[in-house]
Amino acid sequence: MDRIQQRILEEVADLHEVPEGAYNIRANGEMAGRNTTANIDITSKTDVSGIDIRIRPGTKHESVHIPVVLSQSGMKDMVYNDFYIGEGSDVVIVAGCGIHNCGDQDSQHDGIHRFYVGKNARVKYVEKHYGEGDGNGRRILNPVTEVTMEEGSSMEMEMVQIKGVDSTDRKTKAKLAAGAKLVVRERLMTHGNQYAVSDYVVELNGGEASADVVSRSVAKDSSYQKFDSRIVGNAPCTGHTECDAIIMGDAKILAVPQLEANHIDAALIHEAAIGKIAGEQIVKLMTLGLTEEEAEAQIVNGFLK
Amino acid sequence: MLTLENVSFEVQEEKGQKEIIRNMNLTIDDHKFVVITGPNGGGKSTLAKLIAGIEKPTEGKIYFEGTDITDLSITERANLGISFAFQQPVRFKGIQVLDLIRLAAKKNLSAADACQYLSEVGLCAKDYIKREVNASLSGGELKRIEIATVLARNTKMSVFDEPEAGIDLWSFQNLIQVFERMRESTDGSILIISHQERILNIADEIVVIAEGQITRQGPKAEVLPTLLGTTSAVDACARFYQGGDRR
Repeated sequence: MDRIQQRILEEVADLHEVPEGAYNIRANGEMAGRNTTANIDITSKTDVSGIDIRIRPGTKHESVHIPVVLSQSGMKDMVYNDFYIGEGSDVVIVAGCGIHNCGDQDSQHDGIHRFYVGKNARVKYVEKHYGEGDGNGRRILNPVTEVTMEEGSSMEMEMVQIKGVDSTDRKTKAKLAAGAKLVVRERLMTHGNQYAVSDYVVELNGGEASADVVSRSVAKDSSYQKFDSRIVGNAPCTGHTECDAIIMGDAKILAVPQLEANHIDAALIHEAAIGKIAGEQIVKLMTLGLTEEEAEAQIVNGFLK
Repeated sequence: MLTLENVSFEVQEEKGQKEIIRNMNLTIDDHKFVVITGPNGGGKSTLAKLIAGIEKPTEGKIYFEGTDITDLSITERANLGISFAFQQPVRFKGIQVLDLIRLAAKKNLSAADACQYLSEVGLCAKDYIKREVNASLSGGELKRIEIATVLARNTKMSVFDEPEAGIDLWSFQNLIQVFERMRESTDGSILIISHQERILNIADEIVVIAEGQITRQGPKAEVLPTLLGTTSAVDACARFYQGGDRR
């Protein structure tokens, strides 16, 4: 891998060197490195582009890194990754995508991730998106995530897109069996003319299933964001979804939290708030010696931390 | 030294111009502990904001350490050495107490050093250092964090706008000690807007403001006896038992 690719890898996966444990690094549509362990197997798909990641039941405290790097302008990459997470395992999965585009053609990565989370398994999933490069070509990422959670499993998803991605259409679907627990924390910042749509549909199909889908976002300049989150309660369950957004400049934000209860014991809550930075917050930080711009940056960084 | 020279501040209201501060002259000497008191609506908080730069005078000049700061921004005044503790502290989603103390101190303080400022204002530091400065904190907790940010700045001039507002009686006892310690340890001047007799009682000088003007000014020994029993010097306990000072 070249220097640009290495730097992008640092941004999306916090990787400064080859990670420990299992990994699969994809650069410009090709495999750039892979490692498997006794408990985690990674194999290439034969029918379409992508990989299968199989985690043996009972695997504890292991991690899988599957970063994707695009540094070639005009590259269009579509990949299917399937995760089979064995019963009772406890793992961390880090998937990130970074695009460096200094050419005039659009670069695009569409990743379709399917998770099959076994009974009582615990997964922490981190997905970071990052874009850079001063060309006219756009940087486009359209991730699709489908999660099937068996009884008693839990999954925490951290979705981060802070900078440089021109267009994103994110679709996430989850189906939870009894006692399964899903927590989603999305952090998003858009600037310039960027466009970002996040669409969640979470079905709570078993007793005591729970979901908590929370987005914090900042929309700057003339960017557009849409947060559409639907929680469907088909059993005695608890669900909460929240969108908290700071709007700046000429940005536009549409928040559409939705609840659908199909059971008398489905307890569902939604919250949405959109507002600009409060003037008194800026003033307070200015009394500590920060300039107006520094104060604004601190408020945004804190909000997205 | 801070000097206000013929300072006036007017606001536009429906009925016309309203003068909040009228042609005020005031000097706060170095190393002095000065308490400004007076009836509500008399212009005390406006005066504090004029000093911090949050409001600009419609007439007159403000000098700090010999520099004309009348047209300087809040940031410039803060960097010259003026600190300001808000009467109603601001909340921030996501910013932690530690972040705020570090911003105030202008250096990357260790958590242990930041904790000292919190302990100073009576907060059990380890419980608070990682908390967000958001709606999960009570009014009294926020107020003490606000005061801790001013302590962390350790500047030549510290202005506190009604530090007792929103603080329960128990915390109030500690607050007096905070100011007493600050008075002993700081090289700078302390200016407090307050109605509380116990705060007035530790002042070097008391300034009484009513209807935008200074009606009395002088050493505590001279001014305080004339205020006792008025709303300008309220006994914290009396207010507490009347329920007026409870959160």
